[in-house]
Amino acid sequence: MSHNPGAAGNRLVVYSVFNPASWKIEPRREIPQGLLYATPLLAVVLTVVAGFFIFLSMGYNPFLALYHFFVSPLLTLYGLSELLVKAGPLIMIGVGLAVGFRANVWNIGAEGQLTLGAITGGVIALAFWNEETWWTLPLMCLCAVGGGAAYAAIPAFLRTRFNVNEILTSLMLTYVATLFLSTLVYGPLKDPMGFNFPQSRMFGDAALLPILLEGTRLHLGGVVALMIAVAVWVLMTFTIVGFQVRVLGQAPAAARYAGFSGRRIVWFCLLLSGGLAGLAGTFEVAGPIGQLVPVISPGYGFTAIIVAFLGRLHPLGIILSGLVMALSYIGGENAQVQVGLPQAVTGVFQGLLLFFLLASDFLVRYRVRRNPAALRHAPQAQPAE
Amino acid sequence: MPIDAVALVLLTVIGSATPLLFAALGELVVEKSGVLNLGVEGMMILGAVAAFGVAVTTGSGTLGVLAGAAAGMAMAFIFGVLTLTLAANQVATGLALTIFGLGLSALLGVGFIGIPVEPLPKLMLPGVSDLPLIGPLLFGHDALIYLSIFAVAAVAWFLKKSRAGMILRAVGESDISAHSIGYDVIAVRYRAVLFGGAMAGLGGAFLSLVYTPLWNEGMTAGRGWIALALVVFASWRPWRLLAGAYLFGGVTILQLYMQGAGGFDIPAQVMSMLPYLATILVLTIIAAGPWKGRLDAPACLGKPFRPST
Repeated sequence: MSHNPGAAGNRLVVYSVFNPASWKIEPRREIPQGLLYATPLLAVVLTVVAGFFIFLSMGYNPFLALYHFFVSPLLTLYGLSELLVKAGPLIMIGVGLAVGFRANVWNIGAEGQLTLGAITGGVIALAFWNEETWWTLPLMCLCAVGGGAAYAAIPAFLRTRFNVNEILTSLMLTYVATLFLSTLVYGPLKDPMGFNFPQSRMFGDAALLPILLEGTRLHLGGVVALMIAVAVWVLMTFTIVGFQVRVLGQAPAAARYAGFSGRRIVWFCLLLSGGLAGLAGTFEVAGPIGQLVPVISPGYGFTAIIVAFLGRLHPLGIILSGLVMALSYIGGENAQVQVGLPQAVTGVFQGLLLFFLLASDFLVRYRVRRNPAALRHAPQAQPAE
Repeated sequence: MPIDAVALVLLTVIGSATPLLFAALGELVVEKSGVLNLGVEGMMILGAVAAFGVAVTTGSGTLGVLAGAAAGMAMAFIFGVLTLTLAANQVATGLALTIFGLGLSALLGVGFIGIPVEPLPKLMLPGVSDLPLIGPLLFGHDALIYLSIFAVAAVAWFLKKSRAGMILRAVGESDISAHSIGYDVIAVRYRAVLFGGAMAGLGGAFLSLVYTPLWNEGMTAGRGWIALALVVFASWRPWRLLAGAYLFGGVTILQLYMQGAGGFDIPAQVMSMLPYLATILVLTIIAAGPWKGRLDAPACLGKPFRPST
């Protein structure tokens, strides 16, 4: 019939394009790797396009707003250094969460584990605040990892022992952690010379992360985050634990058959992600903040969930996606200063980005083809000549 | 305690329980159809800001309530398109919905912070409303509280007795069988998800128009998540959900009163942890108790379904 370029043939084409029955959606047998890594880019582009219309509808000049959101922060050395300051915790937490997400362990309480890490590290800093010792900072990091991991151990224990959903418990513990920090800075850890402000003493020099670039806030944490991402990549790619995590996520039945312990993997995932979130927490208080305050993170623990997905749960991809999401923070701050955009735009962009990513996933997992059956049965089809 | 004070305490319990009840009841229906929507918090807060904004600008509380439900529904529609049409991961999409809702509500609500709103009118019955204890407890509430109780009865009837409710449960228990005997799984789930969104939106509207009545960024404070826990606590049964919501409302109010009473040497923040800790405790008891294994979780909960055509 395609040999006949008559009017009826043309109508058939139009008819079939818009008729859902003429399309066939089938799961792909193999995930195309190129598409898998191209879709995050597509999601970012779509988010920017959506941002254009959001700014337009809010009455801002969309070109100017987008410029100040996505471009102008990257034009100064200070902006670039701030990008790394914000990307550090996002990468560190995102890498840990991604390991769990691969094994279907949904730790969404990283914000709470971050807070606990900030508290345990901060307590060490305050305990030795007037002592100039080389070991203060390493001890803080150790305690932060321990604090974050111990806090993540609660959902791990409840999940493995009583089969309680870790999503809800880890999230509830986030609220508890924030309130606990607030209790401390309003109470026992309040700076005795601080005019009753709810904040601790400033940490001593021995408890502060070294600044890498004079005149900026760029500290050692960013470099550590990159090293951790590479280390987790090695762990996931070359070790038996990494293999078990991947098998458990993709084929739970096969994992059981192979005798992998699901419980051990749950513990592993939660302790790893909790420990890394805790470390990120201490890096915040020992880096840009320099003391304990009631609110330590602008939602890094939640944003890191998006970072993990945007990076395709791959440690090296997460380095890139961490930088992108960090830009959404400093872009939001910059656009607020430059064009008076409300700070909340950042959250909208982050949510949109994840929406677009999840939607474009459809293209990765399914293929859309013309349905041969629909063509055959279409009323306009002409008899073969 | 004088009888009026008792009535006052119970009234505040009802107030703090009702938003939970709305949101959890919606989620119960959603989960019964086999879908896990973790975005309750996001739908709820968008409902709160939409209700508040419309009530302030139009001066009509009723329009505000409707706007809240519509906003929750719109959010639920996004969730539906992603998880039902595009078969995206339900957990990740729910989280995205919450992050997006918190951001969008903050953006929309910038101009509404600190503005008062006319509270919803109370339904007064002359004579009966003045009775001690019973009067203020049973009468003189705003319409939303009665609606929430009525909704429990309606959902209980719908799931147990109505044909559509049985189809919904069948879809949640075994999507493949329901599909193969000719039910449109995706359409049933869409309806359930939209209902869940509208209910979460109503819960949010109650928060911003009745409970506080104010708009504040992040004012849901985890209530959407507690609602999710309540569904598990109620083991997917509407009447148990009612009991659970009032229990949690009670815990919230208890800690407020203990903070107010002062006599305790406990920081206010520690008391505020109570509802969250209670949620964890309750989830653990439910999972570990002698009735475990008979929780009646819908068999297809959270599993994506795409009809093979």
